[in-house]
Amino acid sequence: MKLKQLALAACTALVAAGAQAEGLKVGMITTLSGGGAGLGIDVRDGFMLAIAQSGRTDIEVVIEDDQQKPDIAVQLADRMIQSEKVDVLTGIIWSNLAMAVVPSAVAQGKFYLSPNAGPSALAGERCHPLYFNVAWQNDTLHEAAGAYAASAGYKNAFILAPNYPAGTDALTGFKRLFTGNLAGEIYTKLGQTDYAGEIAQIRASGADSVYFFLPGGMGISFLKQYADSGVNLPVVGPAFSFDQGILQAVGDAALGVRNTAQWSKDLDNPVNAAFVESFQAQYGRLPSLYASQGFDTALLLISALESADVGDQDAFRKALEAADFASTRGDFAFGANHHPIQDIYVREVIKEGDIYTNKIVSLGLEDHGDVYAQNCKM
Amino acid sequence: MKKETLLNAVLIALFVGVALAAWIMDEPYLITLATKAAIFAIAGVGLNFALGFGGLVSFGHAVFFGLGGYAMGILAFHAQTYTPILEWPFAINGTRSMPVIWCVAIVVSAVVAVGIGALSLRTNGVYFIMITLAFAQMFYYFAISWPTYGGEDGLSIYVRNEFPGLNTMDPIQYFAICFTLLLLVLFFVHRAAHSSFGLLLRAARQNEERVQAVGHTPFRLYLTAFVISGAITGLAGALFADLNRFVSPTLLSWHTSGEIMIFVILGGVGRVFGPVAGAALFILLEYVLGGLSEFWQIYLGAILLGVVLFARGGLYGLIAGREVAHD
Amino acid sequence: MSLILLAEQTLNGLQFGVMLFLMAAGLTLIFGVMGLINLAHGSLYMVGAFAAAGMAAATGSFMLALIASLVAAAIAGVLIEMTVIRRLYDRDHLDQVLATFALILIFSEGTRWVFGSFPLFLDKPSFLSGTVTLPFNVEYSVYRLSLIVVGILVAIGLFWMIAKTRIGIRIRAGENDREMIGALGVDISRLYTMVFALGAALAGLAGALIGAIQSVQVGMGEPVLILAFVVIVIGGIGSIKGALIGAILVGLTDTLGRFLLPQAFALILEPSQATSVGSSLASMSIYILMAGILLFRPKGLLGGA
Repeated sequence: MKLKQLALAACTALVAAGAQAEGLKVGMITTLSGGGAGLGIDVRDGFMLAIAQSGRTDIEVVIEDDQQKPDIAVQLADRMIQSEKVDVLTGIIWSNLAMAVVPSAVAQGKFYLSPNAGPSALAGERCHPLYFNVAWQNDTLHEAAGAYAASAGYKNAFILAPNYPAGTDALTGFKRLFTGNLAGEIYTKLGQTDYAGEIAQIRASGADSVYFFLPGGMGISFLKQYADSGVNLPVVGPAFSFDQGILQAVGDAALGVRNTAQWSKDLDNPVNAAFVESFQAQYGRLPSLYASQGFDTALLLISALESADVGDQDAFRKALEAADFASTRGDFAFGANHHPIQDIYVREVIKEGDIYTNKIVSLGLEDHGDVYAQNCKM
Repeated sequence: MKKETLLNAVLIALFVGVALAAWIMDEPYLITLATKAAIFAIAGVGLNFALGFGGLVSFGHAVFFGLGGYAMGILAFHAQTYTPILEWPFAINGTRSMPVIWCVAIVVSAVVAVGIGALSLRTNGVYFIMITLAFAQMFYYFAISWPTYGGEDGLSIYVRNEFPGLNTMDPIQYFAICFTLLLLVLFFVHRAAHSSFGLLLRAARQNEERVQAVGHTPFRLYLTAFVISGAITGLAGALFADLNRFVSPTLLSWHTSGEIMIFVILGGVGRVFGPVAGAALFILLEYVLGGLSEFWQIYLGAILLGVVLFARGGLYGLIAGREVAHD
Repeated sequence: MSLILLAEQTLNGLQFGVMLFLMAAGLTLIFGVMGLINLAHGSLYMVGAFAAAGMAAATGSFMLALIASLVAAAIAGVLIEMTVIRRLYDRDHLDQVLATFALILIFSEGTRWVFGSFPLFLDKPSFLSGTVTLPFNVEYSVYRLSLIVVGILVAIGLFWMIAKTRIGIRIRAGENDREMIGALGVDISRLYTMVFALGAALAGLAGALIGAIQSVQVGMGEPVLILAFVVIVIGGIGSIKGALIGAILVGLTDTLGRFLLPQAFALILEPSQATSVGSSLASMSIYILMAGILLFRPKGLLGGA
């Protein structure tokens, strides 16, 4: 599988030899085929855009497709570590794949920068000095949604998520900061596409609001069916079901829904403005949350490379910890467990011309970290 | 010396050759691929025992592959966290020893195969295909939603388990373990196929009444074949889990059942070495085509299609000719 | 638990069931007449949904989109029947499984190649959106109600076609004795192509109808395919009536199981445990149903000898 992509062809002699002595090899394992490919493609495109814009010729990126299968991801990681001799791994989208790859990769002395998944185990007891999460801990956006639902005055929420670990984490996260009562709590089948039964229960429950975490196609199905059901309760969700990649497929059904995210297209800072513009120019579509995370991951990596050499692991780790870069989401810092401390925004789905997108309504949580950091000892 | 025997020898030589060459050239990933092929081959040989010799088309062998995997995952997880699996009525502790894990995987798979087999064998034909699938789906959804061992996230084990006298983390040594087991399984299956049991099984497949007439119950023959088949596939599951140091419900999904079946059909149904050729070819295709384009699965589909349409009897049928009535 | 909720859930189960029937009818016909296991049936469902989404985006008309789904799936069906499937009729089931699995790979990645990796948009027509109040004060989605009606109409149409028309007689004859109808001068290969195209068109229609309230994406056909197989096995392979009964049984079991099981467990367990155990059991329920039925009727409910 030689989907090898050299970041930039080795070229000019302008490279200042001293600062960039060894260069850096990055292994990206992400989902590029099958139904979940959209997310991986966005992370890859965001990441490669930042590398290209940096103009650095000493970063080589090897990209492989994990087909969203954990065993393939593990084998690719072994290959990148053993044969390709990469210094840094990144790219995994799904929590279950991250749980399969990350512990053994960091145990073998490789850095891992997560551009998307943030399972609680890796944030708490199993945190590791070489593991950095550039996106969020899995609970974060759900906590923000719980806090928002409470502040919006909802007293009786109906919550649902798929019956798998990330789903239980999501509902736990929501309940952590939500102060009202629960009108109902449902775990749906993973991959379920018909929600008529759940919507009927929502209708009968007497709830005043609905919170759901249904990533990918599940969320599209739920929203379309919910909009058609005549249940007019306000909906809150994490950004995953309202992302640029899938909003066009949801259409009007998503309009007006409040969702929580650490990034938005209209976030007002110069890095983000430049990112949105150049991403659109390069790929001909609006960037998504995942693309911004890929972009930020590359920015973090480049910033560390500016001040340290990857051969000196301690120095490179400190350089990563410093997170000395201007991110697309404004202020960004790492907590003690190498997970982000960042602002979470409340967004609303709107229509700009023919395109469905999000705009920021308010700041949800300021400088928010995660609760697992206290269990992390490194 | 028939063509088939020659082909068997070539296959074995190819496995050893690739692994050794990769070892000398320091390409550990190629060794990993060869190991994966050997493990899948074991799983395929297992399924072939029921499918090829007994005519039992099981679309649910992922159950055994997954059970073997989880046997490894659960035992190693408890050894890793120093927690007992059971405290009452008697204490059971986890283990890191591969031979123990293999035994547990084989026994658990065999026991479950007795249950599934006894129930499923009440049906036949397409109904048998679908009822075995139904059992596999039950285990799959159970594993996803059962939180104790990670649910959908699966279980990650830090280091490979131990085998006395070997360093299992060294790719070539782990390959040696898996390949030796493959040879043992092949030897066992070859003997079993040519034993009186094997002959009766094939006879039952062709004409049940005749077997009954000589005093045997086809049901028992089929069930025995199904249990042996499940046990072998369970062993493969344990090895696969150790290869990745990770287990998850993916092992139990119907895609896994389908893939194991593809190894068998691709290689040649009913040939002892068929699944070995099938697994090797499948992994080779995945590796070579994966580099061509983002849409490599189109090519994979086209090639598989070509094999079915133009190479009847799989690779073995193509190369070694059609099976003779008695061998 | 109110009776209104139970009534609404029963309607939901029924709606799910009749949509499964559209998929299962084609599958069981193809198996009954040609003896073929077609794993690629889910791909035809996907083709229908994508064709409808494409047509709807181009013209804005839902009716044209439905026609496009029927036509595209039928054409795709005829194409694969003439190039691949007809070489498989005299092969054993294993070869059919491998070949049609290969077709899934080609269809899925081919669709992704043409339409990209992101889900497409397809919406129900505006005259079918919103809800209607049924007797006993049950509020129900107009679109879902129309799905039930369409499903029942298609079922009636199929039964009529098989009982009364010339092609139906040939299909029944083909199920009973393949060689005989050839000997009687019926052009078998044309009959097979027509049956396959009919099955494909029904799958494509189901894809478009369901795509309007679900997500139109690559891989959408696979879960439905497995369910459709469960349906035809429960009903007895080759029997259209069996497929209808099986589809409604599966639809009701799945919907009511998801709804009732967690509540049943809440009587004996604490709430959070009850939801978790109940949902796990609910996701296994249709497979338990199928295994149970096969244990007592190894040929399905209406399966022949």
